[in-house]
Amino acid sequence: MLASLSRLRRPSIIPGFGLTLGFTILYLSLIVLIPLSATFVEASKMGPHAFWHVVTTPRAMASYGLSFGASFLGALANFVLGTLVAWVLVRYEFAGKRILDSLVDLPFALPTAVAGIALTTLYAPSGWFGKPLATLGVHVAFTRLGVVVALTFIGLPFVVRTVQPVLEDLDKELEEAAASLGAGRWQTFARVIYPAIFPAALTGFALAFARGVGEYGSVIFIAGNMPMRTEITPLLIVTKLEEYDYRGATAIAVVMLVLSFVMLLGINALQRWSGHREAAVAADG
Amino acid sequence: MVKALPARALPGVTEPAPVRGLLIGTCVVFLTVFLLAPLALIFAVALGQGVAAYLRSFTNPDTISAIRLTLIAAAIAVPANVVFGIAAAWAIGKFEFVGKSLLISLLDLPFSISPVVVGLTYVLLFGAQGALGPWLTAHDVHIIFAIPGIVLATIFVTVPFVARELLPLMAAQGNDEEEAALTLGANGWQTFLRVTLPNVKWALLYGVILCNARAMGEFGAVAVVSGHIRGLTDTMPLQIEVLYNDYQFVPAFAVASLLALLALATLVVKSVVEWKVAKVSEVTP
Repeated sequence: MLASLSRLRRPSIIPGFGLTLGFTILYLSLIVLIPLSATFVEASKMGPHAFWHVVTTPRAMASYGLSFGASFLGALANFVLGTLVAWVLVRYEFAGKRILDSLVDLPFALPTAVAGIALTTLYAPSGWFGKPLATLGVHVAFTRLGVVVALTFIGLPFVVRTVQPVLEDLDKELEEAAASLGAGRWQTFARVIYPAIFPAALTGFALAFARGVGEYGSVIFIAGNMPMRTEITPLLIVTKLEEYDYRGATAIAVVMLVLSFVMLLGINALQRWSGHREAAVAADG
Repeated sequence: MVKALPARALPGVTEPAPVRGLLIGTCVVFLTVFLLAPLALIFAVALGQGVAAYLRSFTNPDTISAIRLTLIAAAIAVPANVVFGIAAAWAIGKFEFVGKSLLISLLDLPFSISPVVVGLTYVLLFGAQGALGPWLTAHDVHIIFAIPGIVLATIFVTVPFVARELLPLMAAQGNDEEEAALTLGANGWQTFLRVTLPNVKWALLYGVILCNARAMGEFGAVAVVSGHIRGLTDTMPLQIEVLYNDYQFVPAFAVASLLALLALATLVVKSVVEWKVAKVSEVTP
Protein backbone atom coordinates (compact mmCIF):
# COMPACT_ATOMS: atom_id res chain seq x y z
CA MET A 1 0.00 0.00 0.00
CA LEU A 2 2.69 2.46 1.06
CA ALA A 3 4.98 1.42 -1.80
CA SER A 4 2.21 1.85 -4.35
CA LEU A 5 1.35 5.29 -2.92
CA SER A 6 4.96 6.33 -3.22
CA ARG A 7 5.04 5.54 -6.92
CA LEU A 8 2.37 8.19 -7.55
CA ARG A 9 4.41 11.07 -6.15
CA ARG A 10 7.52 13.05 -6.97
CA PRO A 11 10.54 11.61 -5.06
CA SER A 12 11.48 13.43 -1.85
CA ILE A 13 13.56 12.67 1.24
CA ILE A 14 10.84 14.10 3.53
CA PRO A 15 9.34 11.19 5.50
CA GLY A 16 5.76 10.43 6.50
CA PHE A 17 4.01 10.63 3.13
CA GLY A 18 2.27 7.25 3.37
CA LEU A 19 1.27 7.77 7.00
CA THR A 20 -0.12 11.31 6.65
CA LEU A 21 -1.83 10.81 3.29
CA GLY A 22 -3.27 7.48 4.41
CA PHE A 23 -4.64 9.03 7.59
CA THR A 24 -6.00 12.06 5.71
CA ILE A 25 -7.90 9.88 3.23
CA LEU A 26 -9.16 7.48 5.92
CA TYR A 27 -10.41 10.33 8.14
CA LEU A 28 -12.08 12.22 5.28
CA SER A 29 -13.73 8.99 4.12
CA LEU A 30 -15.09 8.04 7.55
CA ILE A 31 -16.28 11.50 8.59
CA VAL A 32 -17.30 13.09 5.27
CA LEU A 33 -17.37 10.88 2.19
CA ILE A 34 -19.06 7.69 3.41
CA PRO A 35 -21.88 9.53 5.25
CA LEU A 36 -22.44 11.72 2.18
CA SER A 37 -22.59 8.73 -0.15
CA ALA A 38 -25.15 7.15 2.20
CA THR A 39 -27.43 10.08 1.33
CA PHE A 40 -27.15 9.32 -2.38
CA VAL A 41 -27.71 5.59 -1.80
CA GLU A 42 -30.81 6.35 0.27
CA ALA A 43 -32.17 8.71 -2.42
CA SER A 44 -31.50 6.18 -5.19
CA LYS A 45 -33.92 3.76 -3.50
CA MET A 46 -36.79 6.11 -4.38
CA GLY A 47 -36.81 5.68 -8.13
CA PRO A 48 -36.67 8.63 -10.53
CA HIS A 49 -40.44 9.32 -10.65
CA ALA A 50 -40.95 9.52 -6.90
CA PHE A 51 -37.72 11.54 -6.55
CA TRP A 52 -38.78 14.04 -9.22
CA HIS A 53 -42.23 14.35 -7.67
CA VAL A 54 -40.84 15.13 -4.19
CA VAL A 55 -38.23 17.66 -5.31
CA THR A 56 -40.64 19.59 -7.56
CA THR A 57 -43.63 20.06 -5.24
CA PRO A 58 -44.76 23.71 -5.17
CA ARG A 59 -43.57 24.00 -1.55
CA ALA A 60 -40.08 22.75 -2.46
CA MET A 61 -39.94 25.02 -5.52
CA ALA A 62 -40.95 28.02 -3.40
CA SER A 63 -38.18 27.19 -0.91
CA TYR A 64 -35.54 26.99 -3.68
CA GLY A 65 -36.76 30.32 -4.98
CA LEU A 66 -36.37 31.94 -1.56
CA SER A 67 -33.04 30.28 -0.69
CA PHE A 68 -31.44 31.09 -4.03
CA GLY A 69 -33.11 34.49 -4.51
CA ALA A 70 -32.28 35.79 -1.03
CA SER A 71 -28.72 34.39 -1.24
CA PHE A 72 -28.29 36.12 -4.58
CA LEU A 73 -29.52 39.47 -3.23
CA GLY A 74 -27.40 39.13 -0.06
CA ALA A 75 -24.31 38.26 -2.11
CA LEU A 76 -25.07 41.15 -4.49
CA ALA A 77 -25.27 43.61 -1.58
CA ASN A 78 -21.92 42.28 -0.39
CA PHE A 79 -20.46 42.45 -3.90
CA VAL A 80 -21.07 46.20 -3.97
CA LEU A 81 -20.63 47.14 -0.31
CA GLY A 82 -17.88 44.56 0.35
CA THR A 83 -15.79 46.02 -2.49
CA LEU A 84 -16.39 49.48 -1.04
CA VAL A 85 -15.39 48.32 2.47
CA ALA A 86 -12.22 46.64 1.11
CA TRP A 87 -11.36 49.85 -0.76
CA VAL A 88 -11.86 52.07 2.29
CA LEU A 89 -9.90 49.72 4.59
CA VAL A 90 -6.95 49.47 2.18
CA ARG A 91 -6.74 53.04 0.84
CA TYR A 92 -7.84 55.41 3.64
CA GLU A 93 -6.80 56.13 7.22
CA PHE A 94 -9.39 57.01 9.86
CA ALA A 95 -9.97 56.55 13.57
CA GLY A 96 -11.29 53.11 14.46
CA LYS A 97 -10.17 51.55 11.18
CA ARG A 98 -8.21 48.71 12.79
CA ILE A 99 -11.17 47.71 14.97
CA LEU A 100 -13.61 47.75 12.03
CA ASP A 101 -11.14 45.71 9.99
CA SER A 102 -10.97 43.02 12.71
CA LEU A 103 -14.76 43.06 13.13
CA VAL A 104 -15.31 42.17 9.46
CA ASP A 105 -14.65 38.52 10.39
CA LEU A 106 -17.37 38.56 13.09
CA PRO A 107 -19.90 36.61 10.96
CA PHE A 108 -17.30 33.80 10.64
CA ALA A 109 -16.72 33.67 14.39
CA LEU A 110 -20.18 34.37 15.83
CA PRO A 111 -22.41 31.26 16.11
CA THR A 112 -25.26 31.43 13.62
CA ALA A 113 -27.95 30.97 16.28
CA VAL A 114 -26.56 33.96 18.20
CA ALA A 115 -26.56 36.04 15.02
CA GLY A 116 -30.10 34.85 14.33
CA ILE A 117 -31.63 35.94 17.64
CA ALA A 118 -29.65 39.22 17.62
CA LEU A 119 -30.79 40.19 14.11
CA THR A 120 -34.38 39.16 14.86
CA THR A 121 -34.47 41.27 18.03
CA LEU A 122 -32.94 44.24 16.16
CA TYR A 123 -35.51 44.12 13.35
CA ALA A 124 -38.56 42.95 15.31
CA PRO A 125 -41.37 45.57 15.32
CA SER A 126 -40.24 46.77 18.78
CA GLY A 127 -36.50 46.53 18.04
CA TRP A 128 -33.80 49.20 17.66
CA PHE A 129 -34.11 49.16 13.86
CA GLY A 130 -37.51 47.51 13.52
CA LYS A 131 -39.42 50.32 15.26
CA PRO A 132 -38.23 53.24 13.10
CA LEU A 133 -38.48 51.07 9.97
CA ALA A 134 -42.07 50.11 10.87
CA THR A 135 -43.09 53.79 10.96
CA LEU A 136 -41.76 53.98 7.39
CA GLY A 137 -43.85 50.93 6.52
CA VAL A 138 -40.83 48.65 6.07
CA HIS A 139 -41.09 45.26 7.76
CA VAL A 140 -37.94 43.17 7.98
CA ALA A 141 -38.42 40.54 10.68
CA PHE A 142 -40.57 37.56 9.64
CA THR A 143 -40.53 38.57 5.95
CA ARG A 144 -38.40 37.65 2.95
CA LEU A 145 -36.47 40.89 3.44
CA GLY A 146 -35.38 39.49 6.82
CA VAL A 147 -33.89 36.46 5.08
CA VAL A 148 -31.91 38.81 2.80
CA VAL A 149 -30.68 40.79 5.84
CA ALA A 150 -29.51 37.61 7.62
CA LEU A 151 -27.73 36.33 4.50
CA THR A 152 -26.09 39.73 3.94
CA PHE A 153 -24.70 39.47 7.48
CA ILE A 154 -23.50 35.88 6.97
CA GLY A 155 -21.81 36.68 3.63
CA LEU A 156 -20.24 39.98 4.71
CA PRO A 157 -16.63 38.80 5.18
CA PHE A 158 -16.28 36.96 1.87
CA VAL A 159 -16.03 39.80 -0.67
CA VAL A 160 -14.05 42.05 1.70
CA ARG A 161 -11.49 39.34 2.40
CA THR A 162 -11.08 38.27 -1.25
CA VAL A 163 -10.75 41.85 -2.60
CA GLN A 164 -8.53 43.28 0.19
CA PRO A 165 -5.28 41.39 -0.64
CA VAL A 166 -5.66 42.14 -4.37
CA LEU A 167 -6.06 45.86 -3.67
CA GLU A 168 -3.04 45.80 -1.34
CA ASP A 169 -0.87 44.20 -4.04
CA LEU A 170 -2.14 46.48 -6.79
CA ASP A 171 0.72 48.49 -8.23
CA LYS A 172 0.34 52.23 -7.56
CA GLU A 173 2.38 52.95 -10.69
CA LEU A 174 -0.46 51.71 -12.89
CA GLU A 175 -2.74 54.37 -11.46
CA GLU A 176 -0.04 57.03 -11.74
CA ALA A 177 0.52 56.05 -15.35
CA ALA A 178 -3.23 56.28 -16.04
CA ALA A 179 -3.39 59.69 -14.34
CA SER A 180 -0.35 61.04 -16.19
CA LEU A 181 -1.91 59.89 -19.47
CA GLY A 182 -4.86 62.14 -18.65
CA ALA A 183 -7.37 59.72 -17.15
CA GLY A 184 -9.73 61.11 -14.54
CA ARG A 185 -9.97 59.33 -11.21
CA TRP A 186 -13.25 57.64 -12.15
CA GLN A 187 -11.80 56.53 -15.49
CA THR A 188 -8.75 55.09 -13.73
CA PHE A 189 -11.01 53.18 -11.37
CA ALA A 190 -13.28 51.85 -14.12
CA ARG A 191 -10.52 50.95 -16.60
CA VAL A 192 -7.52 50.06 -14.40
CA ILE A 193 -8.49 49.22 -10.83
CA TYR A 194 -11.88 47.60 -11.30
CA PRO A 195 -10.73 45.04 -13.93
CA ALA A 196 -7.94 43.99 -11.54
CA ILE A 197 -10.23 43.41 -8.55
CA PHE A 198 -13.28 42.10 -10.44
CA PRO A 199 -12.29 38.38 -10.45
CA ALA A 200 -11.61 38.50 -6.69
CA ALA A 201 -14.91 40.30 -6.04
CA LEU A 202 -16.75 37.73 -8.16
CA THR A 203 -15.08 34.89 -6.21
CA GLY A 204 -16.22 36.51 -2.96
CA PHE A 205 -19.73 36.89 -4.39
CA ALA A 206 -19.80 33.17 -5.27
CA LEU A 207 -18.52 32.15 -1.83
CA ALA A 208 -21.13 34.33 -0.10
CA PHE A 209 -23.87 32.98 -2.37
CA ALA A 210 -22.88 29.33 -1.75
CA ARG A 211 -22.74 29.91 1.99
CA GLY A 212 -26.14 31.64 1.95
CA VAL A 213 -27.93 28.83 0.12
CA GLY A 214 -27.09 26.32 2.87
CA GLU A 215 -27.41 28.71 5.81
CA TYR A 216 -29.83 27.71 8.56
CA GLY A 217 -29.17 29.08 12.07
CA SER A 218 -29.11 32.79 11.34
CA VAL A 219 -32.16 32.65 9.05
CA ILE A 220 -34.76 30.55 10.87
CA PHE A 221 -35.30 33.04 13.68
CA ILE A 222 -35.85 36.08 11.46
CA ALA A 223 -37.65 34.34 8.57
CA GLY A 224 -41.04 33.60 10.09
CA ASN A 225 -40.92 30.17 8.41
CA MET A 226 -44.26 30.24 6.58
CA PRO A 227 -44.45 27.46 3.95
CA MET A 228 -44.54 28.86 0.38
CA ARG A 229 -43.48 32.33 1.58
CA THR A 230 -40.63 32.49 4.07
CA GLU A 231 -39.47 28.87 4.29
CA ILE A 232 -35.85 28.27 3.21
CA THR A 233 -34.81 24.90 1.77
CA PRO A 234 -32.70 23.76 4.77
CA LEU A 235 -35.73 24.39 7.02
CA LEU A 236 -37.92 22.32 4.70
CA ILE A 237 -35.46 19.42 5.17
CA VAL A 238 -35.69 19.78 8.96
CA THR A 239 -39.48 19.96 8.82
CA LYS A 240 -39.66 16.77 6.75
CA LEU A 241 -37.31 15.02 9.19
CA GLU A 242 -39.49 16.07 12.12
CA GLU A 243 -42.47 14.55 10.29
CA TYR A 244 -40.42 11.32 9.88
CA ASP A 245 -40.52 11.84 6.09
CA TYR A 246 -36.92 10.62 5.67
CA ARG A 247 -37.28 9.99 1.93
CA GLY A 248 -38.57 13.49 1.26
CA ALA A 249 -35.83 15.06 3.38
CA THR A 250 -33.19 12.97 1.61
CA ALA A 251 -34.44 13.84 -1.88
CA ILE A 252 -34.31 17.58 -1.19
CA ALA A 253 -30.92 17.18 0.52
CA VAL A 254 -29.60 15.49 -2.64
CA VAL A 255 -30.76 18.48 -4.71
CA MET A 256 -28.87 20.78 -2.33
CA LEU A 257 -25.77 18.53 -2.35
CA VAL A 258 -25.63 18.44 -6.14
CA LEU A 259 -25.97 22.23 -6.27
CA SER A 260 -23.22 22.54 -3.60
CA PHE A 261 -20.88 20.42 -5.73
CA VAL A 262 -21.66 22.50 -8.81
CA MET A 263 -21.01 25.73 -6.89
CA LEU A 264 -17.76 24.32 -5.44
CA LEU A 265 -16.53 23.50 -8.96
CA GLY A 266 -17.56 26.95 -10.16
CA ILE A 267 -15.76 28.62 -7.26
CA ASN A 268 -12.60 26.60 -7.90
CA ALA A 269 -12.69 27.69 -11.56
CA LEU A 270 -13.22 31.33 -10.48
CA GLN A 271 -10.30 31.15 -8.05
CA ARG A 272 -8.03 29.78 -10.79
CA TRP A 273 -9.14 32.58 -13.13
CA SER A 274 -8.68 35.16 -10.37
CA GLY A 275 -5.19 33.74 -9.65
CA HIS A 276 -4.23 33.96 -13.34
CA ARG A 277 -5.51 37.51 -13.54
CA GLU A 278 -3.52 38.52 -10.47
CA ALA A 279 -0.41 36.86 -11.88
CA ALA A 280 -0.95 38.64 -15.21
CA VAL A 281 -1.42 42.02 -13.51
CA ALA A 282 1.71 41.44 -11.42
CA ALA A 283 3.68 40.49 -14.55
CA ASP A 284 2.49 43.58 -16.41
CA GLY A 285 3.34 45.84 -13.50
CA MET B 1 -14.53 59.32 13.66
CA VAL B 2 -15.14 59.77 9.94
CA LYS B 3 -12.42 62.36 9.45
CA ALA B 4 -10.54 61.53 6.26
CA LEU B 5 -6.83 62.16 6.36
CA PRO B 6 -5.14 62.97 3.06
CA ALA B 7 -3.77 59.54 2.14
CA ARG B 8 -1.38 60.34 -0.68
CA ALA B 9 -0.52 63.78 -1.95
CA LEU B 10 -0.02 62.84 -5.61
CA PRO B 11 -2.81 64.45 -7.64
CA GLY B 12 -4.79 62.11 -9.85
CA VAL B 13 -4.09 58.99 -7.80
CA THR B 14 -6.42 59.71 -4.93
CA GLU B 15 -10.00 60.85 -4.62
CA PRO B 16 -11.26 64.35 -3.78
CA ALA B 17 -11.90 64.79 -0.04
CA PRO B 18 -15.75 64.77 -0.32
CA VAL B 19 -15.63 61.44 -2.20
CA ARG B 20 -13.28 60.00 0.39
CA GLY B 21 -15.55 61.17 3.19
CA LEU B 22 -18.62 59.72 1.46
CA LEU B 23 -16.94 56.34 0.94
CA ILE B 24 -15.62 56.17 4.51
CA GLY B 25 -19.04 57.23 5.81
CA THR B 26 -20.85 54.55 3.82
CA CYS B 27 -18.37 51.91 5.01
CA VAL B 28 -18.70 52.94 8.67
CA VAL B 29 -22.52 53.06 8.51
CA PHE B 30 -22.73 49.66 6.76
CA LEU B 31 -20.41 47.94 9.25
CA THR B 32 -22.11 49.65 12.22
CA VAL B 33 -25.58 48.54 11.13
CA PHE B 34 -24.59 44.98 10.20
CA LEU B 35 -21.81 44.16 12.70
CA LEU B 36 -21.65 46.55 15.66
CA ALA B 37 -25.40 46.83 16.26
CA PRO B 38 -26.09 43.06 16.52
CA LEU B 39 -23.03 42.65 18.74
CA ALA B 40 -24.03 45.53 21.04
CA LEU B 41 -27.62 44.27 21.19
CA ILE B 42 -26.55 40.86 22.54
CA PHE B 43 -24.92 42.46 25.58
CA ALA B 44 -27.62 45.12 25.95
CA VAL B 45 -30.39 42.51 26.22
CA ALA B 46 -28.32 40.09 28.33
CA LEU B 47 -27.56 42.82 30.89
CA GLY B 48 -30.86 44.68 30.37
CA GLN B 49 -32.32 43.63 33.72
CA GLY B 50 -29.15 44.00 35.70
CA VAL B 51 -26.11 41.95 36.49
CA ALA B 52 -27.98 39.80 39.04
CA ALA B 53 -30.50 38.65 36.42
CA TYR B 54 -27.64 38.03 34.01
CA LEU B 55 -25.80 35.81 36.49
CA ARG B 56 -29.00 34.04 37.53
CA SER B 57 -29.31 32.81 33.92
CA PHE B 58 -26.37 30.50 34.54
CA THR B 59 -28.01 28.73 37.48
CA ASN B 60 -30.54 26.99 35.23
CA PRO B 61 -29.58 23.27 35.34
CA ASP B 62 -30.41 22.80 31.63
CA THR B 63 -28.13 25.71 30.76
CA ILE B 64 -25.33 24.27 32.89
CA SER B 65 -25.65 20.88 31.23
CA ALA B 66 -25.73 22.58 27.79
CA ILE B 67 -22.47 24.38 28.59
CA ARG B 68 -20.96 21.08 29.76
CA LEU B 69 -22.05 19.26 26.58
CA THR B 70 -20.64 22.03 24.37
CA LEU B 71 -17.30 21.79 26.19
CA ILE B 72 -17.28 17.98 25.78
CA ALA B 73 -18.07 18.16 22.05
CA ALA B 74 -15.37 20.77 21.46
CA ALA B 75 -12.86 18.86 23.61
CA ILE B 76 -13.22 15.85 21.30
CA ALA B 77 -13.77 17.56 17.94
CA VAL B 78 -10.95 20.12 18.15
CA PRO B 79 -8.07 17.70 18.99
CA ALA B 80 -9.34 15.24 16.35
CA ASN B 81 -9.28 17.97 13.71
CA VAL B 82 -5.90 19.27 14.88
CA VAL B 83 -4.36 15.81 14.30
CA PHE B 84 -6.17 15.59 10.96
CA GLY B 85 -5.21 19.14 9.98
CA ILE B 86 -1.51 18.59 10.67
CA ALA B 87 -1.50 15.26 8.79
CA ALA B 88 -3.39 16.72 5.82
CA ALA B 89 -1.22 19.86 5.66
CA TRP B 90 1.94 17.71 5.82
CA ALA B 91 0.78 15.34 3.07
CA ILE B 92 -0.57 18.07 0.79
CA GLY B 93 1.89 20.86 1.61
CA LYS B 94 5.15 18.92 1.55
CA PHE B 95 4.59 16.48 -1.34
CA GLU B 96 3.62 16.52 -5.01
CA PHE B 97 1.38 13.61 -5.95
CA VAL B 98 -1.35 12.50 -8.33
CA GLY B 99 -4.82 13.65 -7.27
CA LYS B 100 -3.57 16.45 -5.00
CA SER B 101 -5.98 19.10 -6.29
CA LEU B 102 -8.90 16.67 -5.95
CA LEU B 103 -7.92 16.06 -2.32
CA ILE B 104 -7.81 19.83 -1.67
CA SER B 105 -11.32 20.16 -3.12
CA LEU B 106 -12.56 17.30 -0.91
CA LEU B 107 -11.00 19.04 2.08
CA ASP B 108 -13.15 22.12 1.40
CA LEU B 109 -16.33 20.07 0.98
CA PRO B 110 -17.62 20.55 4.57
CA PHE B 111 -17.54 24.34 4.01
CA SER B 112 -19.92 24.13 1.07
CA ILE B 113 -22.49 21.71 2.45
CA SER B 114 -25.51 22.96 4.38
CA PRO B 115 -25.17 22.05 8.08
CA VAL B 116 -28.69 20.63 7.95
CA VAL B 117 -27.63 18.19 5.23
CA VAL B 118 -24.64 17.17 7.38
CA GLY B 119 -26.99 16.29 10.23
CA LEU B 120 -29.27 14.41 7.85
CA THR B 121 -26.44 12.25 6.48
CA TYR B 122 -25.66 11.02 9.99
CA VAL B 123 -29.34 10.37 10.73
CA LEU B 124 -29.54 8.29 7.52
CA LEU B 125 -26.48 6.31 8.54
CA PHE B 126 -26.93 5.86 12.29
CA GLY B 127 -30.63 6.62 12.94
CA ALA B 128 -33.18 3.96 13.87
CA GLN B 129 -34.34 3.83 10.22
CA GLY B 130 -30.78 4.20 8.94
CA ALA B 131 -28.36 1.84 7.23
CA LEU B 132 -26.59 0.86 10.46
CA GLY B 133 -29.64 1.47 12.68
CA PRO B 134 -30.75 -2.17 13.30
CA TRP B 135 -27.19 -3.26 14.15
CA LEU B 136 -26.68 -0.32 16.51
CA THR B 137 -30.02 -0.94 18.23
CA ALA B 138 -29.18 -4.65 18.65
CA HIS B 139 -25.91 -3.71 20.34
CA ASP B 140 -27.49 -0.91 22.39
CA VAL B 141 -25.27 1.78 20.85
CA HIS B 142 -26.88 5.22 20.66
CA ILE B 143 -25.44 7.74 18.25
CA ILE B 144 -28.37 9.79 16.99
CA PHE B 145 -30.26 11.79 19.67
CA ALA B 146 -27.21 11.17 21.87
CA ILE B 147 -23.78 12.65 22.52
CA PRO B 148 -21.79 10.63 19.89
CA GLY B 149 -23.96 12.05 17.10
CA ILE B 150 -23.41 15.59 18.35
CA VAL B 151 -19.65 15.01 18.47
CA LEU B 152 -19.62 13.49 14.95
CA ALA B 153 -21.65 16.35 13.48
CA THR B 154 -19.35 18.86 15.19
CA ILE B 155 -16.27 17.10 13.77
CA PHE B 156 -17.76 17.11 10.24
CA VAL B 157 -18.44 20.85 10.13
CA THR B 158 -15.02 21.73 11.58
CA VAL B 159 -12.88 19.31 9.52
CA PRO B 160 -11.19 21.89 7.25
CA PHE B 161 -10.34 24.68 9.74
CA VAL B 162 -6.89 23.65 11.01
CA ALA B 163 -5.78 22.16 7.68
CA ARG B 164 -6.90 25.31 5.83
CA GLU B 165 -4.78 27.58 8.07
CA LEU B 166 -1.66 25.35 7.95
CA LEU B 167 -1.72 24.31 4.30
CA PRO B 168 -0.82 27.60 2.55
CA LEU B 169 1.93 28.32 5.08
CA MET B 170 3.48 24.85 4.92
CA ALA B 171 3.39 24.91 1.12
CA ALA B 172 4.89 28.43 0.96
CA GLN B 173 7.75 27.60 3.31
CA GLY B 174 8.94 24.76 1.07
CA ASN B 175 11.01 21.78 2.17
CA ASP B 176 14.50 23.31 2.42
CA GLU B 177 14.66 23.57 6.21
CA GLU B 178 13.23 20.07 6.71
CA GLU B 179 15.65 18.62 4.17
CA ALA B 180 18.57 20.32 5.97
CA ALA B 181 17.44 18.88 9.32
CA LEU B 182 17.08 15.39 7.84
CA THR B 183 20.49 15.61 6.18
CA LEU B 184 22.00 16.58 9.55
CA GLY B 185 20.62 13.36 11.03
CA ALA B 186 17.29 14.37 12.60
CA ASN B 187 14.52 11.79 12.29
CA GLY B 188 11.04 12.57 10.96
CA TRP B 189 9.48 13.43 14.34
CA GLN B 190 12.41 15.60 15.40
CA THR B 191 12.21 17.44 12.09
CA PHE B 192 8.49 18.03 12.53
CA LEU B 193 8.67 19.11 16.18
CA ARG B 194 11.86 21.23 15.97
CA VAL B 195 11.64 22.69 12.45
CA THR B 196 8.15 22.58 10.96
CA LEU B 197 6.03 23.18 14.07
CA PRO B 198 7.85 26.35 15.23
CA ASN B 199 7.41 27.78 11.72
CA VAL B 200 3.65 27.26 11.68
CA LYS B 201 2.79 27.66 15.38
CA TRP B 202 0.87 30.93 14.99
CA ALA B 203 -1.19 29.64 12.08
CA LEU B 204 -1.83 26.45 14.07
CA LEU B 205 -3.00 28.49 17.05
CA TYR B 206 -5.38 30.49 14.89
CA GLY B 207 -6.68 27.31 13.23
CA VAL B 208 -7.36 25.80 16.65
CA ILE B 209 -9.16 28.92 17.90
CA LEU B 210 -11.28 29.17 14.75
CA CYS B 211 -12.07 25.44 14.85
CA ASN B 212 -13.04 25.77 18.51
CA ALA B 213 -15.30 28.78 17.90
CA ARG B 214 -17.13 26.93 15.15
CA ALA B 215 -17.29 23.69 17.19
CA MET B 216 -18.89 25.47 20.16
CA GLY B 217 -21.22 27.49 17.95
CA GLU B 218 -22.45 24.88 15.47
CA PHE B 219 -26.23 24.90 15.26
CA GLY B 220 -27.81 23.37 12.15
CA ALA B 221 -25.94 20.05 12.03
CA VAL B 222 -26.20 19.52 15.77
CA ALA B 223 -29.89 20.52 15.83
CA VAL B 224 -30.75 17.68 13.43
CA VAL B 225 -28.89 14.91 15.32
CA SER B 226 -29.59 16.13 18.86
CA GLY B 227 -33.31 15.43 19.20
CA HIS B 228 -33.53 18.35 21.65
CA ILE B 229 -33.63 16.30 24.87
CA ARG B 230 -33.45 19.06 27.48
CA GLY B 231 -30.62 18.71 29.96
CA LEU B 232 -29.16 15.82 27.94
CA THR B 233 -28.56 16.57 24.27
CA ASP B 234 -28.88 20.36 24.07
CA THR B 235 -25.65 22.24 23.37
CA MET B 236 -25.28 25.97 24.10
CA PRO B 237 -26.65 27.13 20.72
CA LEU B 238 -29.59 24.71 21.03
CA GLN B 239 -30.26 25.91 24.57
CA ILE B 240 -30.26 29.49 23.23
CA GLU B 241 -32.96 28.46 20.76
CA VAL B 242 -35.02 26.77 23.49
CA LEU B 243 -34.81 29.79 25.82
CA TYR B 244 -35.51 32.26 23.01
CA ASN B 245 -38.58 30.32 21.84
CA ASP B 246 -39.77 30.30 25.50
CA TYR B 247 -39.55 34.13 25.45
CA GLN B 248 -36.83 33.95 28.13
CA PHE B 249 -34.84 36.68 26.43
CA VAL B 250 -32.41 37.59 29.23
CA PRO B 251 -31.24 33.97 29.76
CA ALA B 252 -31.13 33.36 25.99
CA PHE B 253 -28.95 36.40 25.38
CA ALA B 254 -26.88 35.67 28.51
CA VAL B 255 -25.86 32.30 27.02
CA ALA B 256 -25.44 34.03 23.65
CA SER B 257 -23.15 36.61 25.28
CA LEU B 258 -20.72 33.84 26.30
CA LEU B 259 -20.49 32.69 22.68
CA ALA B 260 -20.19 36.31 21.51
CA LEU B 261 -17.26 36.81 23.92
CA LEU B 262 -15.70 33.66 22.48
CA ALA B 263 -16.15 35.12 18.99
CA LEU B 264 -14.52 38.41 20.05
CA ALA B 265 -11.62 36.51 21.62
CA THR B 266 -11.25 34.63 18.33
CA LEU B 267 -11.03 37.91 16.42
CA VAL B 268 -8.42 39.29 18.85
CA VAL B 269 -6.29 36.14 18.45
CA LYS B 270 -6.63 36.47 14.68
CA SER B 271 -5.34 40.06 14.73
CA VAL B 272 -2.43 39.08 17.00
CA VAL B 273 -1.54 36.10 14.80
CA GLU B 274 -1.65 38.21 11.63
CA TRP B 275 0.63 40.75 13.28
CA LYS B 276 3.07 38.00 14.37
CA VAL B 277 3.07 36.39 10.92
CA ALA B 278 3.67 39.78 9.26
CA LYS B 279 6.59 40.39 11.63
CA VAL B 280 8.10 36.98 10.88
CA SER B 281 7.83 37.51 7.12
CA GLU B 282 9.43 40.98 7.51
CA VAL B 283 12.47 39.41 9.18
CA THR B 284 12.73 36.56 6.67
CA PRO B 285 11.32 37.83 3.38
